[in-house]
Order: sequence, then C-alpha cells, then structure tokens
Amino acid sequence: MAETHEGEAFVEFERVQKSYDGETLVVKDLNLSMPKGEFLTMLGPSGSGKTTCLMMLAGFETATHGDIRLDGKSINDIPPHKRGIGMVFQNYALFPHMTIGENLAFPLEVRKMGKTVRDEKVKRALDMVEMGAFANRRPAQLSGGQQQRVALARALVFEPELVLMDEPLGALDKQLREKMQFEITHLAHNLGITTVYVTHDQTEALTMSDRVAVFDDGRIQQLAPPDELYEAPQNSFVAQFIGENNTLSGVVTQIENDKCIVRLDSGEEIDAKPVNVSEVGERTTVSIRPERVETNKDRLSDDAHTLKAEVLEFIYMGDIFRTRLRVANSEEFIVKTRNAPDQPRLRPGEQIEIGWLPEDCRALDA
Amino acid sequence: MSETNNSGPMLAADGTPLKESLGRALRRQKIRGLALVAPLLLFVLLTFVIPIVSMLVRSVENQIVSDTIPGTVTALSNWDRQAGQTPPEEVFQKLFFDMFNAAEAKEHTKLGTRLNYENTGLASLFRTSGRSMDDIGEVFQDAIEDTDSRFEEGAFWYEMMSGAGGEAVIAERRARWESLTGDNMSGDIGFTLSQDVATMLPTTAAAYTDFAIWTAIEDSDVVAEEDPWEAVYAALAVDLRDPSRAAAVAGYGGPGAEALQALTAAEMPVLSFTDAFAELDDDWASPGVWQTIAVYSPNYTSGYFLNSVDRELTVDGVEARPDNERLYIKLFGRTLWMSLIITGSCILLGYPIAWLLANLPVRTANVLMILVLLPFWTSLLVRTSAWKVLLQQQGVINELLVWLGFVDDANRLILMNNSTGTIIAMTHILLPFMILPLYSVMKTVPPTYLRAAKSLGATNWTAFWRVYFPQSVPGIGAGSILVFILAIGYYITPEIVGGTDGVFISNRIAYHISRSLNWGLAAALGTILLVLVLALYWVYDQIVGIDNVKLGG
Repeated sequence: MAETHEGEAFVEFERVQKSYDGETLVVKDLNLSMPKGEFLTMLGPSGSGKTTCLMMLAGFETATHGDIRLDGKSINDIPPHKRGIGMVFQNYALFPHMTIGENLAFPLEVRKMGKTVRDEKVKRALDMVEMGAFANRRPAQLSGGQQQRVALARALVFEPELVLMDEPLGALDKQLREKMQFEITHLAHNLGITTVYVTHDQTEALTMSDRVAVFDDGRIQQLAPPDELYEAPQNSFVAQFIGENNTLSGVVTQIENDKCIVRLDSGEEIDAKPVNVSEVGERTTVSIRPERVETNKDRLSDDAHTLKAEVLEFIYMGDIFRTRLRVANSEEFIVKTRNAPDQPRLRPGEQIEIGWLPEDCRALDA
Repeated sequence: MSETNNSGPMLAADGTPLKESLGRALRRQKIRGLALVAPLLLFVLLTFVIPIVSMLVRSVENQIVSDTIPGTVTALSNWDRQAGQTPPEEVFQKLFFDMFNAAEAKEHTKLGTRLNYENTGLASLFRTSGRSMDDIGEVFQDAIEDTDSRFEEGAFWYEMMSGAGGEAVIAERRARWESLTGDNMSGDIGFTLSQDVATMLPTTAAAYTDFAIWTAIEDSDVVAEEDPWEAVYAALAVDLRDPSRAAAVAGYGGPGAEALQALTAAEMPVLSFTDAFAELDDDWASPGVWQTIAVYSPNYTSGYFLNSVDRELTVDGVEARPDNERLYIKLFGRTLWMSLIITGSCILLGYPIAWLLANLPVRTANVLMILVLLPFWTSLLVRTSAWKVLLQQQGVINELLVWLGFVDDANRLILMNNSTGTIIAMTHILLPFMILPLYSVMKTVPPTYLRAAKSLGATNWTAFWRVYFPQSVPGIGAGSILVFILAIGYYITPEIVGGTDGVFISNRIAYHISRSLNWGLAAALGTILLVLVLALYWVYDQIVGIDNVKLGG
C-alpha cells in the first residue's frame, strides 16, 4: 500500500447518498475525510445513518450516489472480502463452531497463508489482547469481555490498515466497558491503525476518539475533536446530544462581534455568544452547560445580566451537587456545583440569582 | 438456615436432612407436573405403547397350534421328525379327537390358515379333513349301535357316564375348550362324570365330557336328551381295543355295565386312524406335513421373523427360502435406499428455499411460508392423486415434454408405477418436513456471521461453506431424521404411484394385515422396521450427535 503522509486523506466519503426504498435518503450528502492513523467515532441516535455509513465503508451496502475512497482509490465496486478492512461487530460474530484459534486463523487461511505463519500470527494477536491461554476454547465458553477481546484480535490478526467497529462494547457492563474503551484506544494508537468507531454512547465517543462525527438525520452535524464538540457545539442538536445542557429560547435584541443580548420569552434579558445567529430579531435557542452556571452573584461582573431562580430540588451526589431550578418559566434548569467547603447547599424554595460568563452561553439555531 | 457439618449430611433449620426437606418441598411440584402430563400419558399408553407391545407379542405368538390340537402336539413331541416317516398311530388317533372338537368349534380352518403360511396347501387339507371327521367316527358308531341298540339313545349314554368324582376331568376339558375357542366355558352343564368310568374308559370319558360341555354351554341343549357325537363312539372303541381297559370293563358293575361288557365281546372294526386320514387326503401320509406341524407346535416361534428375512424354519434348522419366494430383504433394502434418496432430494430442494425464507423480509417470508405449508392443507390422497395425473404417460408432464420436443411421442417417459414415481411424489410430500426445521435453525443464525466472514476476506462461497453451512447442519440433521423416518414407513403414496417396483415394506405390511390376514408376519415386519429405525437413530446419534439436532430456537 502506498505511503500516506500525515494529514492526507486515507478514508474519504465524497457526496455520498444512500436510500433503501428510493423515497427517503438515509444518508444525505455525506462528506468526510480522515487521515491515516486517526480514531474517528461516528456518534448519533439510532436511525441517524451512522451504521449505514460504516456498512458502506465495509462494502455490505452500496452507496446510491457518490464516491467512497480508501487510500486514494475508489472502493465502490470492490466486494467486501477484497477491501482488507478489519471489522468488529456489535455481537462479536465469533463463529460458534470454531475454537478461538480457528476463528483467528480463518482470515489467514482464506488468504492462503502457511500453517506456521498462521500459528505465529494467531499467537501474537491473542497475546496482544491477553487471551493467549484460550486458543482452544469455544466462543460460548468465554465471558462477554473475553469474546470482545477475541473479536478485536480477529479483526486485527490479518493486519488491516483500517478497522471498523460497530458498537463493539454495547453488550458489556459499565465497568468492563470503561476498561475496554481504554484498551481499544491504546491498541489502535500503538499499532497506528486507522479506526472508524460507531456508537450511540457519547461518553464512549468523547473518551476514545481523536475526532467525533455527530450524525443526525443522515448528515454529519458536527465533526470535531471531543473538547471542541462539548464546549463549542455548532448547533442545538449537538449541544443537546452531547452532555447535559440547559436551553432557553428567545429573540436576539442586540448583537455586536461575539456578544449578543437575548430577550427570553419570559421577558428577561441575558448575555450570550452568537454562534448561529447574525441579525437582531432572529429567534434563537441559547444553550448553557449546567457546570458553567454561577450561583454566586459576587463572582460575576457587575454589568452581567442575571436571572431570578427558585430552587426546586437539591440532590447531593458526592463530588457534585445537582440543583434543579425554575428559571424563566422552565422547571428543568439544572445547575451543577462542585462539592467545596464554601459552596452553599441550597434548600428547595430558596430564591437565588444566577448568571454566567457571556462566552459560556451559546446562541444557537432556534 | 442450614448448618454444615463435616461428618454428617447438610441439615435444614428444623434438623431434618436438607435433601429430605428439599424432596418434600419438590414433591408437590412433581405431583402437579405429573397431573398435567397424565392425560397425554394415558392416551399415548393406550393408543401407542399397548398396540406396539401387542404387535411385538403377536410377531412371535404361536399358541394357535397347541390350543387347537393339544393332544396331537403332546404326542408329536416323542416323534423323530428327522427320520422322514409319518408319525405313529397314536398321533393320528389324537389328531382325530383334536380335529373333531376343532371342527365342532369351527377352529380347524384357522389352524389350517396359520400353517398354510409355512407350508402351502395345509389350509385346504385342514378344511376338507375337518369336514370328514364325522365319517371316520360313524364307522365306529355304526358298529357299536349294531351291537347294542341302546347305544343309539342319548339318555342311555347319559346314565352310563353319570356318577360322582369326575370333576377334575370336567375342569380339564372345560379349560381345553376355553383355550380352543377363546370363549368362557364355565357354567352348569347338567352332567357329572363318574370317576369310575373315567378311570376305566378315559378316552370315552374325555370325549363324552367334551360333548356334554359343548352341548350344554354352546348349544344350550340338555345333555341327557342329545345323542353323543361320533367321536364318543370312536373313543369307546379305542378304549375297548386296549386289553387292560377291556378287562376292567369285565369287572365293572355300574350303569350300562352289561352293555359295555357285551361290546368287548363283539366284533369291532379294525380301523386304523393312520389309514383313515391317509384315505381322506394323501398329504396326511406325507412326512413334510407332519414336520411342519411339529416345527410350529411350540407356543412361541421365530417363524414370522425368519419369514421376514426370507428364511424359514425347517426340521433341519433355519434355511434360506427358495429364490422365487425371497421378497422381504430386497424390499427392506429398497425401502431404505429410496428413503435415503428422498431425504437427499429433500435436502437439495429444501435448503435453498429455507435459506431464502430465513433471509427475506418478514412479510415476503410469510407469503412464501404459506406456499410451503399449503400442501399440509390439502389431503394427502388428493396430492398423491394429483401426481398420478401429472406423471402418467399421457399426463401433463409427458404431454408438455412431447409438445416442447424434448421427448419423442413414441418414447414417453415412464414416471409412474415405478420407483421414480414414488421418489418424485414423496419428495414433494415430505419437503415441508425438511424446510421447516431448516428454516427455524437458519432463522437463529444471524446474518452478521456471513458479513464477519466476508470482512475477514472470505469469498461468498467460503463464507457460506465454512461459516454458514456448519451452523445449519443441526437443521439438516433434524429435517433428515424427520423425513427419513416418515419416508421409511410411508404407505399411501407408494401404494398409489409406486406400481410394483416402487412399493415400500409398509405396503407389504398393509397387505398382510388387510388381505392375506397374516398378522404375525405383518407384526414381525413392523417390528423389524421399528428396530431398524431405532438402530439408524442410534447410528445417527453416534455420528452426528443427537444434541446437534435442533428444531429451532
């Protein structure tokens, strides 16, 4: 395979569309390009088109329109078994009638490798996922986590340059899932493999990926590194989908550079950073993270707008406090505060004033 | 809470052993479970287990010979059957009295039919001889009545034979009638046998008691008013032939003593039973007939089973039947072979359909499934008859082939009344039994396995053969067992489209049950078929493993 330089596209989707029934598009105009060695996660609710994209890349679905390129070459007409892409399936898809060793040897066998080479590669791959002792077991004799490791080893044993993973950790319990997230990222980075990872779990996406593509309605809503995605969502869907989020709707009354004032439907005014708004009078949804809300008025600048709030509920969660407030007619306004000695514990019914730094409150599309 | 003790069993909280405690707790559940299966269990027992057991018994049962001619069978046990000579006079004499009773009860033809299975011709021999027993007896009757006319009267006989102490003889004769006719022979007969007469004239006592029991119970007549059977006269003559019995009569003083004493002095016909039978039919003088009777006289016989495998029991042991009578081994072989072909064709035709069903969208799959199940909704007879219409030489298929020019009009294909017809029709009829288990197993194989295999570099064929096919094997196994076992016992279809070359062993069994009425042979053939299926099932279990058979899930 030709040498690819950092930054050059290794996997490319160009104007890709997919329709199953000829009436609706499941994937609408997808453009994506990822460099070699990147760990990219496709994140989105079910039905958002992310799995379809993965299947088109693997070759199990054909694009209705557009071009998918791997290492500069169009792969639209290459059947799946010739693409040389490793894949980890949701339920592992380990062949139940073969032992672990046979499962791993399968891709090498169909590539007509000799037995000695095969055995060596299988052993190395199993050792890599610390499953060397299980070569003679059957998949059914392994736990979910062990099967997951074997599935990973099988997808890597024939040394593909691109590995696709379709919600591989969905069936594991929380603790195991976190451990495997860590192991998969390490393995991918150490081996320098390009990885496309599909999940609907945003924590998984944020912790594992170099970049995350948020899918909704057949389009990529935002493609960005995890921190940017969380802190600077480009639209209200991304803001809602990634992490917890408070939203208030209103109309822009004043706008200058990267600051604007929004009059909420309740009549109060707040400060915000214009992201998807450009004109006065435009309707907007402002988004603010619960941990960026300030309940101590003294810490805000004097000219900052504040809102009156009534404490509805106070939940002690150990490291943080979670407070539910009634703010501007909304009863679902959440504030998270760190459990620190100087942090007051609010009681239901208490009247307080809240505010925030203008750059933390993003005025997005309505 | 239970308490562990290193030396003793685990104890429950109240000190009883935990096992006992658990057993008590589970007992109620077990009883309830049993109550739930009880109706089906009873049904299966009555309609399945009992008939099968009765079939097994019938295949070796042979009491008919010793029930019908018990005296002859006992007498024959001393006869040297290999010597190639007819039995001694004593055997013929026993045969006369046995046959006389059997003819009265009309049981002799059944024995003839039974023995005819082993030696053709015995049915007519027994039928005609039975009718002539009276004639042999009449010879003695005429002689006795000529000597003393009192012997013509039933009342005289009654008075002479009556007395006390002969209950044992009456009971024995009752039992003999019962085993001969199968009827209940108890009840008052209005006759008590004199023990003195029974001791003095045992043959006569037995013959008269037989007559008395039959007259009173079967004919519902008064014994004293009826004239005795010819056999009674013959018995008296036989008794008086014996010098020691004649001497006993000379010293007798009971009723009718002087009439008896007069008889001993009179000239009696010197009729030999051997000659009498030989005169009735030459066959009685043939050692072969007697060998057959002797070989088949035990209560249980392997004859039916030997017959089922083209062997026969002779005086020299087990021998192969003559070539022109061999039938069943060939038929068993054909049944097995054709069932295998049918199973194979069902796999070949059913596998792709099942695959399609399992992989199509549910809505389309349901429509296809209805097409698969459609044959179940029409009568088997209708379907088979439809095949008859299709397969005839002037039938739809031949007409089509001729019209298309594939087949010459003069050389129409013979698709029916041979094994081809049976295979075609049975494959069609049994196909759903292959498709359904295959489908339900394939349904459980997720399509991701194929995708996984392809993503690992396998071509479509390799992915199918190495990954999908092994996982569908349990379905093939289940379908094959089902189809094979159904095929091996199939009856209607081979009967209608099979002609002579395409019939199965079941057709032969049906023939023996409903036409030749040789139920013993039918039972033996059925038992062999049952054992064969069980044996094949065992072999299958050894090779494939019955755990590997799935009907789905």
